[in-house]
Amino acid sequence: MDVNLTALLPEIILAVVACGVMTIDLFLPKERRGAAFMFSVVGVLATLVAVLNLYGQNITTLGGMFVVDRFAVIFKIVFCVAALLVFAVSHAYLKEDGEIPHGEYFTMMMFALLGMLTIASSRDLIAIFVSIEMISIPSFVLAGIRKHDIRSNEAALKFFLFGVLSTALMLFGMSLFYGIAGATNLADISENLAGRTDIEEVSLLAILFLIVGFGFKVSAFPFQWWVPDTYEGAPIPVAAFLSVASKTAGFVGLFQVMFLALGSLAGTWRPMFGIIGVVTMTFGNLVALQQKQIVRLLAYSSIAQAGYMLVPLGVASATNTELNTTIVFAVVAYLLVYAFMETGAFASATAFSRRGGGYMVDDYAGMFARSPVLALAMSAFLLSLAGIFPFAGWWAKLVVFQALIEGGGLWLAIAMGINTVVALFFYSAVVKRMFFDRSEVTTAVTLPPVLAGAIGIAALVVVVGGVLPDLFGRLAQNSHFF
Amino acid sequence: MPLNWVLVLTTFLFCVGVYGVLARRNAVIVLMSIEIMLNAVNLNFIAFNGVVGGERLIGQVFALFVIAIAAAELGIGLAIVLLIYRNSFTVSLDEVNLLRW
Repeated sequence: MDVNLTALLPEIILAVVACGVMTIDLFLPKERRGAAFMFSVVGVLATLVAVLNLYGQNITTLGGMFVVDRFAVIFKIVFCVAALLVFAVSHAYLKEDGEIPHGEYFTMMMFALLGMLTIASSRDLIAIFVSIEMISIPSFVLAGIRKHDIRSNEAALKFFLFGVLSTALMLFGMSLFYGIAGATNLADISENLAGRTDIEEVSLLAILFLIVGFGFKVSAFPFQWWVPDTYEGAPIPVAAFLSVASKTAGFVGLFQVMFLALGSLAGTWRPMFGIIGVVTMTFGNLVALQQKQIVRLLAYSSIAQAGYMLVPLGVASATNTELNTTIVFAVVAYLLVYAFMETGAFASATAFSRRGGGYMVDDYAGMFARSPVLALAMSAFLLSLAGIFPFAGWWAKLVVFQALIEGGGLWLAIAMGINTVVALFFYSAVVKRMFFDRSEVTTAVTLPPVLAGAIGIAALVVVVGGVLPDLFGRLAQNSHFF
Repeated sequence: MPLNWVLVLTTFLFCVGVYGVLARRNAVIVLMSIEIMLNAVNLNFIAFNGVVGGERLIGQVFALFVIAIAAAELGIGLAIVLLIYRNSFTVSLDEVNLLRW
């Protein structure tokens, strides 16, 4: 078997750095433990450079299991950038908290990032399964990393049980597909399934299992129950990490399996995604309307966002590659924008939950008078999530609408339109509180520079991306993998 | 042995696991049920490998991966259950309910 080390370089660097940080942390004196942050940032930056170096190349290695193409590289870039932003948010959070061990925290984040990098390149069921577990297992630890906090314990337990159950269901689906197709390589499965007519029932069952498995990862209804509890109980930066990076990784795996391996069965899985997508966004938005706590609001909003990204799969076609390219383009574009607006919103929530702020939506009253810049940034992220011009979210929604209309999914587009309006209520309610309501507290919320930098970068991308959507457009355009 | 017999067995095992996860309230028994589900998957892979695998042992290799990762996963799971036991002296899932919407 051939092994191309150039293609694997980013993963190798990251694995070495992660193990290194874990080891070095053991020997650092207690007061120098913060150094883990610096090492991790440098390590992820080095990984990012190695990833950028691979841009535009097409390499297949490890016997077809591992592929480096534009699709993989773009997602690796997104994962690395999202991880860096989350690291910056974590830095401020960990300093404030004081109880969470730095070394273990950043090591676990890097191991999860490693799984994300490999899932973007996986073209084999085994590789996808191993990558998903490489993301999940450190995430369980991260959710429960506040060991003495019983809420964090509970968040980890719920996340763990749902995660493991979904993995088992997904594996059962994978085993059925192995039985039908006699292969685990996605391209081989697609080849062996093409033109088969004797597998209708069993493939329906197997697809159901796969959808349940991936549905948990991307938090689609009715597999979303763990999301609000886990986000609330886990440290906020971990919630940001799960809602952005881990969800994106779930979507990447879903795409690869559905389009590359099961493309010929699109007629079977298309309606399921249409229904799941619509129900997911409706549920997320309706429950978000009643939330009093900002992290839970963001959690339900992230469920609704997953719905927006699932509906385009509801118009996929078994034969029309051009339409499928549009669909993948739309969802990739949405994921790119989503990564920045969601991380930004969680970063602002972290900033505000620190000294002087609060966790409840009511605490946001009068925030504009207290910390105008932070309030403006938070509003930009929330309005972008709602899909308001001139923030990047409007363009992301637009391309999804275009894909839906092009695929003939008019009722899906209408459902999404209604949901966008409903979502506007709770996003703008928070914005209204920040700008027009008064509060007794008038002191400004203090921001450490690293956190301010992360919020600034995310806000810049959201605003520039909204005014010049070509930026994301060109990236997403290049990402087709057909 | 016909493939169908094995599939009936694995489906039965899998259903036992799902039932255990959904119905039992003891966290440790839930972990065991998940292990049963994963073993059903392993049997599936090995049985299919005998039919469709031919010379290549992909199914068996997949089963090995599942075994290894299940071990890691259950390790984390037991650690989480242990943490909960230390903090609140219970392993019953019904009593772990601080977070509610």
